[in-house]
Amino acid sequence: MEHISFLVAVVIITALAFDFTNGFHDTANAMATSIATGALKPKVAVAISAVLNFAGAFLSVKVATTISGGIVNEKTGLQPSIIFAALAGAILWNLVTWLRGLPSSSSHALYGGLIGATVVGVGLHGVNFGVVVSKILIPAVASPIVAGLAAWGATKLAYRITRKNSTEATNKGFRKGQIFSASLISLAHGTNDAQKTMGIITLALVSVGALPKHALPPTWVIVAAGGAIAAGTYMGGWRIIRSMGKGLTDIQAPQGFASESAAATVILTSSHMGYGLSTTQVVSGGIMGAGLGGPKAEVHWSMARRMVYTWGLTLPAAALVAGAAAFVADKGTWGVLVVGAVLVAGSAGMWVLSRRQPVTAGNVNEVTPVDVAAPVTPTPASTTVAA
Amino acid sequence: MNMSIKWNALAQTAGISFVVTVAIVTVFALGIMALSRRETAVAAGSSGKGTVALAGASLCFAACAAAVLYGLSLIAA
Repeated sequence: MEHISFLVAVVIITALAFDFTNGFHDTANAMATSIATGALKPKVAVAISAVLNFAGAFLSVKVATTISGGIVNEKTGLQPSIIFAALAGAILWNLVTWLRGLPSSSSHALYGGLIGATVVGVGLHGVNFGVVVSKILIPAVASPIVAGLAAWGATKLAYRITRKNSTEATNKGFRKGQIFSASLISLAHGTNDAQKTMGIITLALVSVGALPKHALPPTWVIVAAGGAIAAGTYMGGWRIIRSMGKGLTDIQAPQGFASESAAATVILTSSHMGYGLSTTQVVSGGIMGAGLGGPKAEVHWSMARRMVYTWGLTLPAAALVAGAAAFVADKGTWGVLVVGAVLVAGSAGMWVLSRRQPVTAGNVNEVTPVDVAAPVTPTPASTTVAA
Repeated sequence: MNMSIKWNALAQTAGISFVVTVAIVTVFALGIMALSRRETAVAAGSSGKGTVALAGASLCFAACAAAVLYGLSLIAA
């Protein structure tokens, strides 16, 4: 009992830490294009997004009753040590991709972590691979393409309809529109992603009998989860915002509005149909489509390729780390402590590395690609080589 | 291992997403166009044309606002 309650405390803290990384990792989803087109000032954008993420956490607890959506078998009860290992894998992968300025899916990191930890802790039969394919992999491939096509078509039409206007009037109008579309994405994000953390904490509490089975998240859990994701969002995640806002294409206000509308629509339609897709991938797809549909019709394919590789790696990488963590954490309290120590040391190390080429609200709209291998004064040749 | 993939639902989701996105952005762009026409008309001293354009713009933006409200209701559901 002693060991279990210690573990539950660790799970709650780690879950909130994951929620925090989820926040700054995904700020870019809602706000990157609004910041890039000047619709919102960087600091204002993250503040709005933070508030809406927090508000979103209170809108629904529907998803919070299941954390995996049937990917792993929850009937036998998810062990807290497996949840802890899954979170450790997800956090580390989120930080690695943040360091490289690559938008990857926080949800896929969490799912990957759960799969890896379950395979090690329970066995292969603990994972429903059919659900993984139909609910994660297929939407992951389809959703960015759909968002891209929709944004491409919408961009073409937007330019065509407003072609007789002055550019200034058009941009002013679409910038105003962007504020609404970006806000809708932020709110949807808070509702979806904060609920996952609520679900994890609630399940951990249920597993030690602190809450009855099938309990809804208590208010303090909702407030804590909403607070953690909002605080993370407010941190900005400027490295990823730069990659998405400036790295993929040179985006103008009509394109920004088209890509955000496409992303918001795809996210809301899919979650209504029960697909748990990645906001990150949808938004990136939308930006690429808007880039191709614009007057210059260009996308920086080297950045797009790096993003797609990262998406493919997210699930297996988080699974590997979480699997290793599950193996160690299963050994008892000392194992949990070892995993915790590695997690803290790894996170601190990556933060120190990020200081070599800091990206802040002040320089987020520069076009230099983010890369830790780059020296402090970036030279074009070395900055594009991936480490 | 149950591999029943609902292609119908997938195609439906994709189709609805595409149509709704294009529709919203089109209506919003029409609103911006109408607003710009109003400014031109007012500058030219033709208030009648300006009022028609303003009414059109308001209609467009109201439709977009309705879509956002529907989106909100989906999030809160």
